[in-house]
Amino acid sequence: MAIDTMRPCGDYRTSYRADQTIFDTRLTFAFIVGGIILLALAPLVLSNYYLSLMIQIGYLGIAALGLNILVGFSGQISIGHAVFFGFGGFASAFLAEHGVPVPIAIVLAGLWTTAVGLLFGLPATRVKGLYLAIATLAAQFILQDFFVRAAWFTGGSSGAVAAPFTILGFDMSGDTRYFYVVLVFVVVMYLFAANLMRTRDGRALIAVRDHYLSAEMMGVNLAKYRTMAFGISSFYAGIGGALYAHYIGYMSVEGLDILFSIQFLAMIIIGGLGSIMGSLLGTIFMVLLPELTGALAGILQGSAIDRALHLKDGITYMREMLIGATIILFLIFEPDGLAHRWKQIKAYWKLYPFSY
Amino acid sequence: MSTGKRPGASIADSSLLNVDGISLRFGGLKALSNVGFSVRSGELFSVIGPNGAGKTSLLNCISGRYSPQEGRIAFDGQDITRLKPNKRAAAGIGRTFQNLALFHHMSVLDNIMVGRHHLLKNNLFTGAIYWIGGAQKEELEHRKAVEDVIDFLEIQHVRKATAGTLSYGLRKRVELARAVALQPKLILLDEPMAGMNLEEKEDMARYIVDLNEEWGMTIIMIEHDMGVVMDISHRVMVLDFGRKIAEGLPAEVLANPNVRKAYLGEEDLVVEDGPVLQAVSA
Ligand SMILES: Nc1ncnc2c1ncn2[C@@H]1O[C@H](COP(=O)(O)OP(=O)(O)OP(=O)(O)O)[C@@H](O)[C@H]1O
Ligand SMILES: [Mg+2]
Repeated sequence: MAIDTMRPCGDYRTSYRADQTIFDTRLTFAFIVGGIILLALAPLVLSNYYLSLMIQIGYLGIAALGLNILVGFSGQISIGHAVFFGFGGFASAFLAEHGVPVPIAIVLAGLWTTAVGLLFGLPATRVKGLYLAIATLAAQFILQDFFVRAAWFTGGSSGAVAAPFTILGFDMSGDTRYFYVVLVFVVVMYLFAANLMRTRDGRALIAVRDHYLSAEMMGVNLAKYRTMAFGISSFYAGIGGALYAHYIGYMSVEGLDILFSIQFLAMIIIGGLGSIMGSLLGTIFMVLLPELTGALAGILQGSAIDRALHLKDGITYMREMLIGATIILFLIFEPDGLAHRWKQIKAYWKLYPFSY
Repeated sequence: MSTGKRPGASIADSSLLNVDGISLRFGGLKALSNVGFSVRSGELFSVIGPNGAGKTSLLNCISGRYSPQEGRIAFDGQDITRLKPNKRAAAGIGRTFQNLALFHHMSVLDNIMVGRHHLLKNNLFTGAIYWIGGAQKEELEHRKAVEDVIDFLEIQHVRKATAGTLSYGLRKRVELARAVALQPKLILLDEPMAGMNLEEKEDMARYIVDLNEEWGMTIIMIEHDMGVVMDISHRVMVLDFGRKIAEGLPAEVLANPNVRKAYLGEEDLVVEDGPVLQAVSA
């Protein structure tokens, strides 16, 4: 029989509770917990440069997970994820400026972004596919325009100052400390998502994606879950954006463009649509990609290729082209994303040396 | 057995479903014309008819996928003619589909757990904090109920498999399991045995009879296999070109000249000494 789990043989469950865990084996659990402990030790050994990359992976990874819940799990689309990321950043900066403690401001900003996301998700109750894509594109442009105009909220073209992250009077800014802030948010947000997907509402989201007609016959309210997916997605984007704002200390409308939205899509396509860990893997990939191109350009410096392509001036273009090429290559050769590859490697090692 | 009085089933006097003169049009095409019938609580009621007769359309009207332009449908004392499909599931109507409609990328277990949707109370917020707030406890309780259904339909060996990877016969069974997990009062089966081999058909017939007799579910079944229909149904209704042309005990329906005429030229209903009657008397 086609049993599609990749659990080692002989690993039987003796209770439903043990059978419903997020981590499919004790080894995975140990691996994840060990990974988090290792990460917690990272600031002791890593330079600020690497910490800043990891912080970037953290806040972008949270936002990417949100987009994956919308696109990968509920089967809808958004080409405007960046503006919700941005909204979270502005909202948190705004709240902090009005006296709300930053940790609370971040959470409230997430909720505020949720409300906005729900509003822009309303078309999802009526339209699907290409039409929905266009509707979210409208969100991208409307909110981008709003950010420029609403100076009271965003500081207009000069941007908004975002207060440093302090908790109970203790300053958590600076790469070393902020790393822990982001780590806690990443762990909590990823656990929330993993739990959601093994309970009622998460299953309903996936059911709507896989077969909406029969989902409805099973008692699932389509309009509710389609909009809910937009709400959850915006919540994650908002939290990610808020973490970004308080990290940089400043939030501006610059960079919240459609290219940024497409990069979020690239993260989840590369990582694996409908995979929680894939969202993180894809983010890691996308954050490291420019590092790679930079390094590559460095190596090629002075060579014939460099002279022909003017790598130094063209590096930003090269990066964008590389992102595009990577998306296409993944869609063709690895449509299930890095997460799928990861699963196979895991399964191989678990069965080692008896892999078959 | 063709008398329709199977031992074991307890049929109430009151009707559970009342379909009153419904008509359904698609543009110029009349898929259903003034169809009316009642199904009593505890009955196994079959709907037969040639291809394109409107059988699936009728189920779709009952489950809420289509809205008839005329007529009323009452279920369990409530007018459901305009009720949304998801509300009908909660009211106690479950169904399977003629063309498989599983959630392909979900595990068999999760597919069936979706059937519990209207019975579960945990939500986005309590679900996210799984361990605190009772979601875990509730999920595990319902997991137990789902395991009973899995045992009943003998699909334990594939419970963790991805639904889309299963064989056709197994998928049909998982679909039935998902509908049963809803704990419906009325279950609508659209050709549950289509495309199955003899052995799979026999299993499926047994599950359906058990659902009716032991689980006490009222069943409306569309099926082309006359042997099975005549064998396990309490009553049969015949549709032809969207019209009801007969309704009654299996033997009565089989003897009805209109039914014979509708099926003339169709090989699956061979009357008199053909395979159908043999199957019935077997
Ligand atoms: N959504 C639809 N749009 C247009 N016509 C439809 C639609 N659904 C059904 N029909 C038409 O209604 C008629 C009845 O179809 P229905 O599927 O109910 O038949 P059926 O009795 O289930 O047939 P079969 O035994 O082949 O499953 C057919 O002529 C069909 O083409
Ligand atoms: Mg049909």
